[in-house]
Amino acid sequence: MSIDLSQFIPSFLEESFEGLELMESSLLSLEQGDTETINSIFRAAHSIKGGAGTFGFDAVTEFTHLVETLLDEMRDGRRDIAQGDIEILLDSVDCMRLLVMSIKEDTTCEDEKIIEVTAQLEATLKGSDISSIAETSNIQVNNETASDQTTWLIEFIPEHHLVKTGNDPQFLFNALADLGEVSIEANSSELPALNDMDPEELYLSWSITLVADIDIEEIKEVFEWVEDECQLTITKKQIPSSQDNNNTPQVKTDNPLLINEPSTAESTNNKQNNVQADESAPPIAKTTEPELKVKPAAATVKTTKPKADVGSIRVGVDKVDSLINLMGELVITQSMLSELGNDFDLSKVERLNRGLEQLLQNTKELQESVMRIRMLPISFAFNRFPRLIHDLSKKTGKQIELILKGEQTELDKTVMEQIGDPLVHLVRNAVDHGIESTDVRLANGKPEQGTIILNAYHQGGSIVIEISDDGGGINREAVFNKAIEKGIVDGNTSLTDSQVFDLILEPGFSTAKELSDISGRGVGMDVVKKNIQSLGGRIQIESTEGKGSTFKVHLPLTLAILDGQLVRVGSEIYIIPLITIVESLQAQSELINRVSGDMVVYRLREDNVPVLPIYQLFNLEAETKEVEGSLLVVVEAEDQKIGLMVDDLLAQQQVVIKSLNENYQQVEGISGATILGDGSVAMILDIPGIIQMAQNNALKSFNHKTDKLTYSEEVTH
Amino acid sequence: MTKILVVDDSNSIRDMVCFTLKSAGYDTVEANDGQQGLNKAKMGSFDLVISDVNMPNMDGITLCSELRKLPSFKFTPILMLTTESSGDMKQRGKAAGATGWLVKPFNPEKLIATIKRVV
Amino acid sequence: MDIQSLVDEIPVEGEYSLEGIDFISSGEQYLTFQLGSEQYAVNILSVEEIRSWETPTIIPNSPIDVKGVINMRGIIVPIVDLRIKFSIGEVNYLETTVVVVLKVELEDSTRTIGFVVDAVSDVLNTEDDEIKKSPAFGGSVPHYYIDGLVNVGDNVVTLLNVQALQSIKPHE
Repeated sequence: MSIDLSQFIPSFLEESFEGLELMESSLLSLEQGDTETINSIFRAAHSIKGGAGTFGFDAVTEFTHLVETLLDEMRDGRRDIAQGDIEILLDSVDCMRLLVMSIKEDTTCEDEKIIEVTAQLEATLKGSDISSIAETSNIQVNNETASDQTTWLIEFIPEHHLVKTGNDPQFLFNALADLGEVSIEANSSELPALNDMDPEELYLSWSITLVADIDIEEIKEVFEWVEDECQLTITKKQIPSSQDNNNTPQVKTDNPLLINEPSTAESTNNKQNNVQADESAPPIAKTTEPELKVKPAAATVKTTKPKADVGSIRVGVDKVDSLINLMGELVITQSMLSELGNDFDLSKVERLNRGLEQLLQNTKELQESVMRIRMLPISFAFNRFPRLIHDLSKKTGKQIELILKGEQTELDKTVMEQIGDPLVHLVRNAVDHGIESTDVRLANGKPEQGTIILNAYHQGGSIVIEISDDGGGINREAVFNKAIEKGIVDGNTSLTDSQVFDLILEPGFSTAKELSDISGRGVGMDVVKKNIQSLGGRIQIESTEGKGSTFKVHLPLTLAILDGQLVRVGSEIYIIPLITIVESLQAQSELINRVSGDMVVYRLREDNVPVLPIYQLFNLEAETKEVEGSLLVVVEAEDQKIGLMVDDLLAQQQVVIKSLNENYQQVEGISGATILGDGSVAMILDIPGIIQMAQNNALKSFNHKTDKLTYSEEVTH
Repeated sequence: MTKILVVDDSNSIRDMVCFTLKSAGYDTVEANDGQQGLNKAKMGSFDLVISDVNMPNMDGITLCSELRKLPSFKFTPILMLTTESSGDMKQRGKAAGATGWLVKPFNPEKLIATIKRVV
Repeated sequence: MDIQSLVDEIPVEGEYSLEGIDFISSGEQYLTFQLGSEQYAVNILSVEEIRSWETPTIIPNSPIDVKGVINMRGIIVPIVDLRIKFSIGEVNYLETTVVVVLKVELEDSTRTIGFVVDAVSDVLNTEDDEIKKSPAFGGSVPHYYIDGLVNVGDNVVTLLNVQALQSIKPHE
């Protein structure tokens, strides 16, 4: 029988990655004498090794074996938990991850780091005494080699307590019978008198003749589990097999009654009935199948490549249960509606409406439940940071404490996967540019140890992730001057603090005096911003010089669905995310003002909200071109309100977000597209993006004017 | 039908062992650590127990000695599934009443062949 | 012209079913179409679908040759007017105006884009040695879009490079 286990490879891989993460986080929190933690690390390594061995992933098995040996010594107390060892183990986790990853991607892993760490592990292990305990065996081997149809004589004298370990001679004999032809003779001379007999003890011994073309090792293997509890003598007999066949297989029992029913006292288990000598022997003798050999099949497990990774999510049973409940309700509603449809008349309209209402409710709840399946706690993204801080701290010589908050805040899996790298970059940035070196901190009267806080919480329909440090903060002047120098801004522009800080996120900006391998080469922060924007999120910087900085990343909870307000501009329909809308109103002329040239602002209570006609921004034909009396949708993003001028307000509905990037590209002011009920495509407005666009346009036209001014001056001279 | 209790904290190993056993016509019950294994053992009777050694909450060795205290498991074969083939681990298993051990890497054919020695 | 019947005639990969034409497997098959009075062709293996013209949803501030996006079975597909892109012929949308949807395999993804053309004409079989180099001067179609020229009777068909076609100008 061949059993293909390759279908279990993906779950092995997933489990391995989880195990590695556990190892890593446990190693970082490991303290001397913490046996429970070291045990759990050991178990994780052990499982990975076991699984890898099964599938024949030898590189993983071999490497993990070294790791496991080291951990075993720590676990047994043979080795103290030294910081150096933890470093090696952390490196080993990295290597194991590389190796497991290479299996997943079906590549060969030839990273030098693995060779290096292997050498380190070996050196560390050599330093300690790892003499393996010699295996004890009381098997007497008289003849080593086997030839055709050898006859083996096996003397098997079990100790009396053999059956108490669950072993049963009959099954051993069955296994021997699988190897070749057997004849068994029981010896009951040891049997005590009935009164002296313990029904749970075994008093018999056996002489077995086995005719088979096998190696002595194969016989020994059958008795592997009982070798410590018996006297076993295996002798090779030189009698030709033909003669041996004449021996009628039989069992002589001198006193079968005496060993009858040792299990009567144990009526719950009838296994040891088999020790009955009078019944057990004949079936054994009959089962002679010399062709069936038990051979350790070494490499039969195929390591076929796992199928294309479609990804998987582990979902709590409660979430699935709630889905099933909702499905049930949906089915009830459906049957109610279809019954109603069987003979419908107007008197049933009320019931139909109720039914449709219920259907709406069911669908909504079902949708929420389905979305919840994709939600995972942010700890999945946070858990890599302790290690990162540990490594960075070592590399920079800065002492840093990392505090994680709100780890249970849930986030869509897709968002989680894509936010990992930007977060790493922001944390690296905080270590590199935020936290000052120890002497600077001490000179400024700060504690030697810097603190970085990662915090996550829900705010409305989005999640906010904060990366705060208690470092030097951002030097406004330095940033501004640098930006001018790099040609990112005009020196005459007056900017608010937060606008200045945002310059850090512009392409081509880097304030680090020297390039470091931690925060990359100044190419990072603009990419961070871009990645966050492509997720429909935004980033906000707060900083106080001398006190530290906070980077706030706002992200949508999910990328899949959005509550939207449909609006019309000319012949086009756009969707404004409901969450950004402050209110919609008809512009009253007395509240409209024109300021600083031609900018239109609308007085909304205390605020002056700039008015932005969408048709202008997107170069469209529109019905409404005058602000007076027009429809304004006031939206807010990044603490900035803006009034979007539209032709008409249509329905509010949930829309499924489709990416424009897939077949096209990122479009400024547009976060994606969706398909409406009639099958047409509608664009979803990216409110922060639109505000940014409007600001850029204003800046551009301002610069344009100043350019013109300079030009005309030149002309006049 | 021969009923086997499989105790392992690794999902993939447990799945594979059960898959293999089921393919060979055995009935299996799964438990993901020693404690759960013991609870399940108390609730039913089994013809064989296959258990990992290293597990959280209750390890395989403890499970084994706990099972041996139960009247219905006094003679039930208990096999330890382990990567540790050292004599030390075998001795500890034996002392706890284990019937035998299956050395990982786990090989389906060998698993089927070897458990025939006890059931 | 009945577009659908033409679509049905397009053989799938490995299926040589058009009658009256000798297929020799070393050559490639191309779908030819008209832009103005000129004949162009793309490798037939990259043709996903031929659709009739429908007004797409405008992409704000897109380059003028990008007409917008349409919904093709739940996928958002951008529509590029090749006549505008290459400045050939008159840009009008008639009943015969069709959209050739091409699916292009890129290094790590695939891209599906629809191209507006005046009409789809035929399936062309060529041997590699029949493909001639395009002269590197003149014309409104930049040379990097052109894989070569093929003579068909008295006409010349320009073979377009599908990979080059899928690259879209970034927005201003």
